[in-house]
Amino acid sequence: MAIHPAVFPRELEDEAIYIIREVAAQFEKPVLLFSGGKDSITLVRLAQKAFYPGKIPFPLLHVDTGHNFEETIQFRDELVAELGLELIVRYVQDSIDQKKVVEETGKYASRNVLQTVTLLDAIEEFGFDACIGGARRDEEKARAKERIFSVRNDFGQWDAKKQRPELFDMLNGRISLGENVRVFPISNWTELDVWNYIKEEQLAIPSIYYAHERETFERDGQILPYSSFITVSEDELVSTRTVRFRTVGDMTCTAAVESKAVAIEDIIGEILSATVSERGARIDDKRSEAAMEKRKQSGYF
Amino acid sequence: MDVLKIATAGSVDDGKSTLIGRLLFETNSITTDKLEAIMASSKKKGLDYVDLSLLTDGLIAEREQGITIDVAHIYFSTPKRKFIIADTPGHFEYTRNMVTGASNANVSMILVDARNGVVEQTFRHFYISCLLRIPNVVVCVNKMDLVGYAETTFEEIKAEFLAFAEKVRFPGQEISFIPVSSLYGENLVKTSEHMPWYTAAPLLTLLENVPLEQHLSEEAGRFPVQYVVRPKSEEFHDYRAYAGKVASGLLRKGERIMVLPSGQETTIARIEKFGREIEAAQAKESISLLLQDDVDISRGDMIVPISQLPQQGRQLDATICWMDKKPLRVGGTYLLQHGVNTAKAKVSALSNLVDVVTLGTDTEVAELKLNEIADVQLRTAKELFYDSFAENKANGAFIVIDEQTNSTVGVGLIK
Ligand SMILES: Nc1nc2c(ncn2[C@@H]2O[C@H](COP(=O)(O)OP(=O)(O)OP(=O)(O)O)[C@@H](O)[C@H]2O)c(=O)[nH]1
Ligand SMILES: [Mg+2]
Repeated sequence: MAIHPAVFPRELEDEAIYIIREVAAQFEKPVLLFSGGKDSITLVRLAQKAFYPGKIPFPLLHVDTGHNFEETIQFRDELVAELGLELIVRYVQDSIDQKKVVEETGKYASRNVLQTVTLLDAIEEFGFDACIGGARRDEEKARAKERIFSVRNDFGQWDAKKQRPELFDMLNGRISLGENVRVFPISNWTELDVWNYIKEEQLAIPSIYYAHERETFERDGQILPYSSFITVSEDELVSTRTVRFRTVGDMTCTAAVESKAVAIEDIIGEILSATVSERGARIDDKRSEAAMEKRKQSGYF
Repeated sequence: MDVLKIATAGSVDDGKSTLIGRLLFETNSITTDKLEAIMASSKKKGLDYVDLSLLTDGLIAEREQGITIDVAHIYFSTPKRKFIIADTPGHFEYTRNMVTGASNANVSMILVDARNGVVEQTFRHFYISCLLRIPNVVVCVNKMDLVGYAETTFEEIKAEFLAFAEKVRFPGQEISFIPVSSLYGENLVKTSEHMPWYTAAPLLTLLENVPLEQHLSEEAGRFPVQYVVRPKSEEFHDYRAYAGKVASGLLRKGERIMVLPSGQETTIARIEKFGREIEAAQAKESISLLLQDDVDISRGDMIVPISQLPQQGRQLDATICWMDKKPLRVGGTYLLQHGVNTAKAKVSALSNLVDVVTLGTDTEVAELKLNEIADVQLRTAKELFYDSFAENKANGAFIVIDEQTNSTVGVGLIK
């Protein structure tokens, strides 16, 4: 895999800020979906810049699966406190308790799919008309097809075959009642762009992005974090490894990579020489060839 | 770091997606997990080769039918620059998605199947590339492996393309030709051994050296106001800034400006980026502008240097490309979005429906159907401040929105 170190192309930041300002101007009730991962941390920074010295004029929403890395939640709360942001949290556990969704069982059980229901409920509860997300087109083949302003019908569904034309930089955020728009300001960034940006902006990130010791086990050729949320079979040996994570998802579906990265430069170095993509470490994408598109159709990010 | 935006074009099955897949493969830009997934699906489809078009054809429907339906954006980089590729569909039905991909491109990469030569979609896509004033066109004569890598075939197609191109290209538009085989990677990254008669650089080298548009800063200064920043906090009690992206040209601190539509004049007191002061801002930069005097400005207004005023009026003459199943009709009312400004508009006349093959025009036009191109005259409910698209892309284009469906149904390029 050959990618080249390069510096961060500043025009990507200008473009993202422009998009975020359009959201604030065109919508009544926008929200920023915040997972605590590097992409949403980047979004928060961009939103801060877009309205400085004013405050970010919309809240953050975290859909908490209950299967998060502890470090992410801690990081989230610190960031929110430091920047004086408004944070809304909605829990997948509540959706399970209300019998809106059924917990998966078995070896590959995950709450990744369930969170869509919690998200759609939250959108309805608050009447959000625009949800800003940190998805990037380089992540996955269905995401590569997304518009920057991506309209969802009143069931939260994405219709890939009926996307609006999106011309030049003109963003059409008009929607009918009940519909909402998913907005992707960092559509055109790659994983490396995000890391170079975090480095140049000196942004803090959760500690799990750096190498640390952790109890892990191997499954299907990948290293998974051991936790009480996951069923480990007898032949899967749990052992301590020095690892880091390339993406922050659920503990049940985010694989680790062995790593020695203690500084951001090391992370960038590792990405430059990685042969596997970022989402190659996401078990949720591997369920089927079209796993992402199918989840998006049902309202997933 | 440079970013070059490329959009593919050309008829269905001419090999656009395969070319992009192969280019990424040859530059080592596909990660092993993605490559393995492509290999597995090729096998599942019963193919005895790796179908690299699967890299961009990511939708279920696309994979089933083996065609591209919507634009995929693909990213890769070489030590020289970052590339953003919009792989667009060749099928006539999805022309609006092709236009979406092409609207931001610096380079239009048009593929031609060497066996079929130039076909109607080739003309259409080239015509659209010219309408959008894409400064560089690279014509890839593809599937050379199927014509025995024959120079004569390449030369014939080139001549045919040029004969057409001379009638529609605009001054300064660069057109280059290159014989390739996407399937076998000939002339993509390395010079092909099968075509010693082609002595110019392979595709990637050509793309690495395409000059980027430098003239943006030389255009007239245009600053559409996106958002008014008024923190009203203790610390920034009287702070008021106008946030937006410089559409074109240059804005300098201390410059005399006019606010449109009000016509009030004042001076740029300060230009900021996240609180940091800068002396000047150029096209594409997202900034905040602070002005000397308290003037009334809201979203959709435009700030321009007093020495570079745009055209103004309530009547627009434009070329329009229609993108909706429901035709555009004379007398119809729409919403027009010009940058970040919107205005109601009524279609007062339609003329010169273009036939992209013969280039003939039909003067009597009652309606404009999906994917058709014609001249339009619009009357807007309020005064707009614009430039001709040829002079200023950023301030010379608009989209048309259907107020019933809220969908974007057309794009207009101001004459
Ligand atoms: N022999 C040969 N076949 C090719 C070449 N390039 C593409 N093909 C084949 O042509 C067919 C169509 O290729 P695609 O890449 O899907 O074509 P496309 O232009 O992207 O088509 P649309 O996106 O649907 O407009 C596939 O079967 C390819 O394998 C080539 O250089 N040589
Ligand atoms: Mg294709």
